[in-house]
Amino acid sequence: MTGFPILSLMLLVPLAGAVACLFAEAKAARMIALLATLVDFALGVVLWANYDIGGAQWQFTERADLFAGFSWALGIDGIALMLIMLSVFLMPICIGASWTSIEKRVGEYMAAFLLMETLMIGVFAAQDLFLFYIMFEAGLIPMYLIIGIWGGQDRIYASYKFFLYTLLGSVLMLIAMLWMVKEAGTTDIPTLMAYDFPVNAQKWLWLAFFASFAVKMPMWPVHTWLPDAHVQAPTAGSVILAGVLLKMGGYGFIRFSLPMFPEASADFAWLVFVLSMVAVVYTSLVALVQHDMKKLIAYSSVAHMGIVTIGLFAFNVQGLEGTMIVMLSHGLVAGALFLAVGVIYDRLHTREIDRYGGLSINMPKYSLFFMLFTMASIGLPGTSGFVGEFLSLAGIYQLSSWVALVCTTGIILGAAYMLYLYRRVCFGEQKNADAAALPDLSFREWAMMAPLAAAVLWMGVYPESFMAPMRADIAALDARLERAKPEGDAKVKMGEAKQTGQQGGHHEEVAAAHEGAH
Amino acid sequence: MDWSTSLRLIAPEELLSVSGLVFLLIAAWGGDKASRAITWLSVAVLAVAAYLVAPALCGGAMGPDTAAFFGQFRADAFAAFAKLLIYGAAAVSLLVAPAFFERLNAMKAEYPVLILFAALGMGIMVSAGDFLTLYIGLEMNSLAAYVLAAFLRADGRSAEAGLKYFVLGALASGILLFGMSLTYGFTGTTSFEGVRAALDATQAGGGLSMGALFGIVFVLAGLAFKISAVPFHMWTPDVYEGAPTPVTTFFATAPKVAALALTMRVALDAFGTQADAWKQIVIFAALASIVIGALGAIGQANIKRLFAYSSINNVGFMLIGLAVATPQGASAMLVYLAIYVAMSVGGFVAVLMLKDAEGNPVEAIADIAGLSRTRPLLAAALAMVMFSLAGIPPLFGFWGKFVVFQAAVQADMIALAAIGIAASVIGAFYYLKVVKVMYFDEPAGKVTGASDWVHNLLLALSALFISPFGYLLTKWLGGLADSAAAALFHVA
Repeated sequence: MTGFPILSLMLLVPLAGAVACLFAEAKAARMIALLATLVDFALGVVLWANYDIGGAQWQFTERADLFAGFSWALGIDGIALMLIMLSVFLMPICIGASWTSIEKRVGEYMAAFLLMETLMIGVFAAQDLFLFYIMFEAGLIPMYLIIGIWGGQDRIYASYKFFLYTLLGSVLMLIAMLWMVKEAGTTDIPTLMAYDFPVNAQKWLWLAFFASFAVKMPMWPVHTWLPDAHVQAPTAGSVILAGVLLKMGGYGFIRFSLPMFPEASADFAWLVFVLSMVAVVYTSLVALVQHDMKKLIAYSSVAHMGIVTIGLFAFNVQGLEGTMIVMLSHGLVAGALFLAVGVIYDRLHTREIDRYGGLSINMPKYSLFFMLFTMASIGLPGTSGFVGEFLSLAGIYQLSSWVALVCTTGIILGAAYMLYLYRRVCFGEQKNADAAALPDLSFREWAMMAPLAAAVLWMGVYPESFMAPMRADIAALDARLERAKPEGDAKVKMGEAKQTGQQGGHHEEVAAAHEGAH
Repeated sequence: MDWSTSLRLIAPEELLSVSGLVFLLIAAWGGDKASRAITWLSVAVLAVAAYLVAPALCGGAMGPDTAAFFGQFRADAFAAFAKLLIYGAAAVSLLVAPAFFERLNAMKAEYPVLILFAALGMGIMVSAGDFLTLYIGLEMNSLAAYVLAAFLRADGRSAEAGLKYFVLGALASGILLFGMSLTYGFTGTTSFEGVRAALDATQAGGGLSMGALFGIVFVLAGLAFKISAVPFHMWTPDVYEGAPTPVTTFFATAPKVAALALTMRVALDAFGTQADAWKQIVIFAALASIVIGALGAIGQANIKRLFAYSSINNVGFMLIGLAVATPQGASAMLVYLAIYVAMSVGGFVAVLMLKDAEGNPVEAIADIAGLSRTRPLLAAALAMVMFSLAGIPPLFGFWGKFVVFQAAVQADMIALAAIGIAASVIGAFYYLKVVKVMYFDEPAGKVTGASDWVHNLLLALSALFISPFGYLLTKWLGGLADSAAAALFHVA
């Protein structure tokens, strides 16, 4: 496959589909969109199959000096590969989710989604700083239209809030990028990742990038656009928002903030920890009292992103691996949960939790899937959520047992709000006659849920498939962060000979045992 | 330098003035029947003028060889860049006019002639190498523009626009003249080169004198009026709204280019050594224009007024490039100008195409509600213009802001860049409003009138230019702007 511009092709396929959809009738537009996303998924599979684990750090690189000041440079490492896979995996499901629920202006809708796909892949594949920025920002336009045209009641407020919040977050990042390019003399991301910026400047740059990624993530207290956007967006919009767009924030931290500004990252880790701790506890509590299903899941997303950020700033391999798995897992699980909400919303046209009840009786298949995703969201062993959250928390524990302690409560609270949601929707009496009469999953819905469920279980049982491509990149990042690594507060006594031999996988056990000793 | 060389250097100006006079005679005998023919002939003349100018830009002409009439007139690459934009914008204003005026039975043969004379004046402005040349060009352009603003005699708003433009324009000319006379008084010369040398000498001899400083301030204040930078922007919304839309198209593009290029010439050439003296003024005007242009636009219900505030906002961004006072900043301004002209043309042509069933223009923003359902392509083009003006990538408007901010960062003016870019978010709000009205609201069903093929073609071309395909031109455009900026700084 060397030399074949597969990444450009992956960008081009949905783009061409988008143009075609604009001029197509509703029915044709649906088919074109499904076809384009499936082709892209197939290309993604080819990409993964040809990705050489343990090979060069950057693979499938392409470069064309088309523009003044920046170039069309694409290439992926394992981290980007996994996120691209997540995007192309979710996209056909999104198209499926909109198959019947979107009736007006179908062509434009599908075009907006396909454009979104191009830009998402572009963000993860860009190897040029400004190309990244353009892709990163351009996503605002289709998402603004998706929320504003096909959204719910308060869609206009939500679309404005989404657009202006994220734009304000990102513009300062552009100034920081311009400064970095001036200083380092290149727009090449791999080169910049190895460039040592002066420590004083790093702080400002880090803050500018943080403003952008924290909004995108979103971190408390700039998360308020997310519940609005999620609630108002159509189902597929929520899936893509939770599944992929939020991951751009995490990807930004892992690609820019950490490797480019390691010292500043260490200096500001406390800030990230404080915000993450608040996010995990506070938004979990907020989720507990929601009446609107989508809002509940939106707040749970913010809480999960808190786990992502503490894992990122744990400055060790476990934390970073955990972060990546939480991101991938959350992409699948949150997407699936929004899909599950969408399924019953399409039937009853309400997201009010009280309007449902006892669905396990009349919708057994649906309830089974919903339960699996609920468990994955809580982080039950065997599901993808467990692997990621465990690694993240194990990672942060080495740095600060207090942060780990506070954030672990998030898992308990997560169990509380998710189980409470599940009990109210699926168990209990069938108190509403209309809800009790809902038919079970159709084949189309089943076909959307099943792959997600399979992926969640696969990642939970054998995460190695997903971690293997990323391992070398995460190790490289860890080596880069080595010089700035803050000292942990959990000081394990290494006196006895028996324990000095223990390493790697046993490390968490040691830490856990130590925790028990307190 | 002998006369024949000088005359050769001003060939485009000669062409424009002679053909303008000839067309005036044709108009006098042929009457309004000839107006369409004259319009097309004028476009052809502008095309030939552009052809005459182009070699200077492509060849990067600069230095003494480009100075005509003992340095009073400069036909260098910088002037050529601005002239190409001016001629292009003037041609567009000519092309869109017949369809608009003929419906009102107001298509007069004077319209193309006035546009030609205005273009001639603007060409002299951007080529000025002397304060007197500057003033002649400026007034030539302004007098034509005052008449154009009031071109629909029977329409009260148009007459009002003409009067407002004239009164305030005359005031600004007065301020400018006062500044020029002070500058002359304290430097003893009116040529840019001489002023530059004299200011340099006084600088060396114990600082800039107060009188010369006042001269600089007044000259810049007069020019700020012409480019409608805050705090001299008040006339813009009224004139833009009142003037006939083809004329507004013209005002928003060509004179803007000319006045900004002239400001660059004066600030970077004549006052080029005194950058510290005028930098704060320009920085203030830039930031104030960005903020007030954005805030003022929010409440507007008329799309032409909205574009007026948008142009104030955009001038603010361009002035950031001037405040940087480096060749890179000047080049960035020129790139921004080129993109801005394309965006304005697209925007105003789209506005011209907003017509109700009888062909009356629709200007209220509320009336274009739901345009995306009734006229999807028109709405898409207007939405592209809006996102582009807001500077959202991947549309080409982003590139203009990008190069300007890059120049500012390269010159270590990071605070200016950061404040400017943060303020651009305010502007995004009202551009989004137009998109929201067109895409999210229920159709008002007002815009049903058919469009002229010229309008369709122009809109398609400008939409193509501001689409992501525009980025393929960045190298070419950047190269031209760099050589133009190099010519501007060459005198030093």
